[in-house]
Amino acid sequence: MSAVNKAVSRRRFQRKITERLAVGGMFLCAGVTIFFLLTILGYVLYHGAAAINWEFLTSLPVPAGESGGGIANALIGSILVVACAAAMAVPIGLGAAVFVNEFPTARFGRFVRFLAEVLTGVPSIVVGLFAYALVVRPMGGFSGFSGSVAYAFIMIPIILISAHEAFRLVPDSLREASLALGIPKWRTILSVVLPASSSALLTGVVLAVSRALGEAAPMLFTAFGNPFWNLNLGKPIATVPLLIYTYATAPYEDWHRKAWAASFVLLVVVLFTSVVTRAFLRGKSHE
Amino acid sequence: MQSEPQAIDRPFIQSGRSKASDVRVRNLGDRVFYVTARTLASCVIVLALLLVADLFRGAWESIRQFGLGFIVGTTWDPVARIFGTLPTIIGTLVKAAIGLLLAVPISIGAAVFITFYVPKWVRPIISYPIELLAGIPSIVFGLWGLFVMVPVIRTAQIWLKAHFGWFFLFDGPAVYGVGVLSGSVILAIMVIPIVTAISRDILLTVPRLQIEGMLALGATKWEAISKVALPYARVGLVGAVILGLGRAIGETMAITMVGGNAFTIIQSLFDPVHSMASQIASEFTEATYSLYVSSLIYVGLVLFGITICVSLLAQLLIWRLSKGKVAIFE
Amino acid sequence: MNENLAVDEERDMSEPSLSEYSEPMDQPQPEETRIEVQGLSVHYGKTKAVKNVSLSIKSRKVTAIIGPSGCGKSTFIRCLNRMHEVTPGARVEGKVLLDGVDLYGPGTDPVEVRRKVGMVFQKPNPFPTMSIRDNVIAGFRLNGMRDRRLLEEKVEKSLHMAALWDEVKDQLHQPGTSLSGGQQQRLCIARALAVEPEVLLMDEPCSALDPIATAKIEELIHELKESVTIVIVTHNMQQAARVSDFTAFFYMGELVEFGVTSKIFTNPDKRQTEDYITGRFG
Repeated sequence: MSAVNKAVSRRRFQRKITERLAVGGMFLCAGVTIFFLLTILGYVLYHGAAAINWEFLTSLPVPAGESGGGIANALIGSILVVACAAAMAVPIGLGAAVFVNEFPTARFGRFVRFLAEVLTGVPSIVVGLFAYALVVRPMGGFSGFSGSVAYAFIMIPIILISAHEAFRLVPDSLREASLALGIPKWRTILSVVLPASSSALLTGVVLAVSRALGEAAPMLFTAFGNPFWNLNLGKPIATVPLLIYTYATAPYEDWHRKAWAASFVLLVVVLFTSVVTRAFLRGKSHE
Repeated sequence: MQSEPQAIDRPFIQSGRSKASDVRVRNLGDRVFYVTARTLASCVIVLALLLVADLFRGAWESIRQFGLGFIVGTTWDPVARIFGTLPTIIGTLVKAAIGLLLAVPISIGAAVFITFYVPKWVRPIISYPIELLAGIPSIVFGLWGLFVMVPVIRTAQIWLKAHFGWFFLFDGPAVYGVGVLSGSVILAIMVIPIVTAISRDILLTVPRLQIEGMLALGATKWEAISKVALPYARVGLVGAVILGLGRAIGETMAITMVGGNAFTIIQSLFDPVHSMASQIASEFTEATYSLYVSSLIYVGLVLFGITICVSLLAQLLIWRLSKGKVAIFE
Repeated sequence: MNENLAVDEERDMSEPSLSEYSEPMDQPQPEETRIEVQGLSVHYGKTKAVKNVSLSIKSRKVTAIIGPSGCGKSTFIRCLNRMHEVTPGARVEGKVLLDGVDLYGPGTDPVEVRRKVGMVFQKPNPFPTMSIRDNVIAGFRLNGMRDRRLLEEKVEKSLHMAALWDEVKDQLHQPGTSLSGGQQQRLCIARALAVEPEVLLMDEPCSALDPIATAKIEELIHELKESVTIVIVTHNMQQAARVSDFTAFFYMGELVEFGVTSKIFTNPDKRQTEDYITGRFG
């Protein structure tokens, strides 16, 4: 009897140790992840803040070897290309999401949603190739517009999926209330369903925009980059992420510093939108 | 209370029968709306078809020239106009596999920790930074990897080669720093937040009752999790890992910057080796003739094919699980 | 099962022939039939939720639909303004005549039908993005009304009718969701009344409310029937007895008995009705 008790208590001790080890290991896992985030943020802040100044944000690049200069053209370029992409992606993404959610009898709609999930997995470099074959080749040259097409392709599934989820959260009772008042379906969707989900829709769009803002790969052979001022989307145009790539892989110390500074700008924009939309959503859900 | 009779005596006939045109106009609004929404939804399908068609069209010249032999070809010689992409396929898969090997235990560990061991109010404090990590652009990972991580890895590589150089994996050119190991580590760091976030969502669907049932039998918490929760969620967790695999295979900028871009078949962990994405990214704008461009697009097509298969597989698994979940909650 | 018997009795007493209805009438008779249901069946896929129901609903009376849950009463009431079409897969046979016009006839627009036959749902569902005022005139405005003065009149009148005006007149611009559950439900009634329906369908309007709020709604129903025809679904038999003039008892998708409320509750013809009323099943 006492031998059994002894075995049980030893077993209990082992199990306790296992539990401790497991918890410790998992704590370490979470810690490692957060450690990476902090070091990456820390380095970008440290190097970026050192190199960033007013001139950097407002002036044009200078040739390698000269001091000073900035990335103003790439900032404007990124905004232009992404804005043009959003102008294409938002109507398609939202419209498709309305169709998928509000006309649910169509098998077609479920297929579209499924396709969107698959499209989020297409590598961004392949999207770049697509935009190259679709726009650059027929137009005979690199252009900001072809970059917008590539970005739009990345944004559409993100907007579609987040909008679909947003519409799903609108209770059917609201739709019924509106229909029961003799309001036609299309007005019901525009005046009841869309406003009820507006904050979530906005979050989805912001998410897509911030994702596109950081993508460099599709720009390699579409927008291509340009060291000069250009506001014409029909011509090659500079964008921030591509500029970081060019500068980081070049052999000049000064350009490396500028790559850090540009990353700093990019991170601030991307993280700021993420934090703000999250706070916004949280505020909404508390109401 | 004003309960005067309302103007309700208008006969219904008026609108129901004689205003047929009115009805049509009203329906017109719905029709137009339906057709518009359907057209926009069709755009998504058209775009997907265009993507496939354009890749095939762009790669056609190379497909005609090399056929499926392109996939097993080991020569990439722009001067002799011979192209084959087996080494980059192997490079891509090996880097992604090692990256996942590093990332999966960490991700699932973190996900289990967040889901089961952390009080509810602390959860966002841990999981939010992880989501932020997922939002950092790939180019920033590349920059950080190139200037911060690669020097560290180079030091490690030199030490490993000095002490364990007899082991074939460590018998490579350690001094570059960029190479398979660096590429795998950066992929791991990039994939961790994605796999963690999805695993956490999946683990949250495990019914508490299942775990409590195990606890009631006298199991420790870890025993309950490893014997009940993880098996319960296994299909979804595999789906999450496969989704991470898809991301790792398609990753471009960071891998171009730290993966080392040499067209060779992998021999050691330290070799600089091209991935499919990095080869396209670094050579595309230098490709001077159409067969060269076409071959690079062909590489893109192969990459697309692999990621689509992976992503379909992940969708299928996660989808199957979510269907199961619905059944449980009903 | 001969469920038509009770209905036929009602018809013999008061129902004018259909031909009279194609003429617009100046003075509605007290016992005028507003809605005439003929052989209505509803299928969801393979299941038949409502089986061959016929009854007539009198103008400016309250008709209660009672029966155990799952008996098809909600489905039935949703057919009276074609709301069931919102649920995919529902199929309807038979006729529903509103003032002699078939709601399911060709050329009849469901949107138009719903404007004539309003509906109040189980759970109060004010539009969360709209103020109290905007909620009341939502239907009115979305149907194209722009005149500010008329809209303001409408708000006040509808809220008066729903006995809510005194409680909310100082907070018309607060969101509709800021009200209590009972007030929200009366807001939904005001919203439905604002489009001036001829018939108001109420699908268990009190099931989510406390007894005091319920009493207010019941009081309101009494006042409303002066001007509107009301059909109310309820699983609360006392409520049916209190508010209605006519009662229909549904069981397993069939209309078991239909008649004057006092008769149904004191001296029903059918054994099943009696069992249900006295609480022996359901």
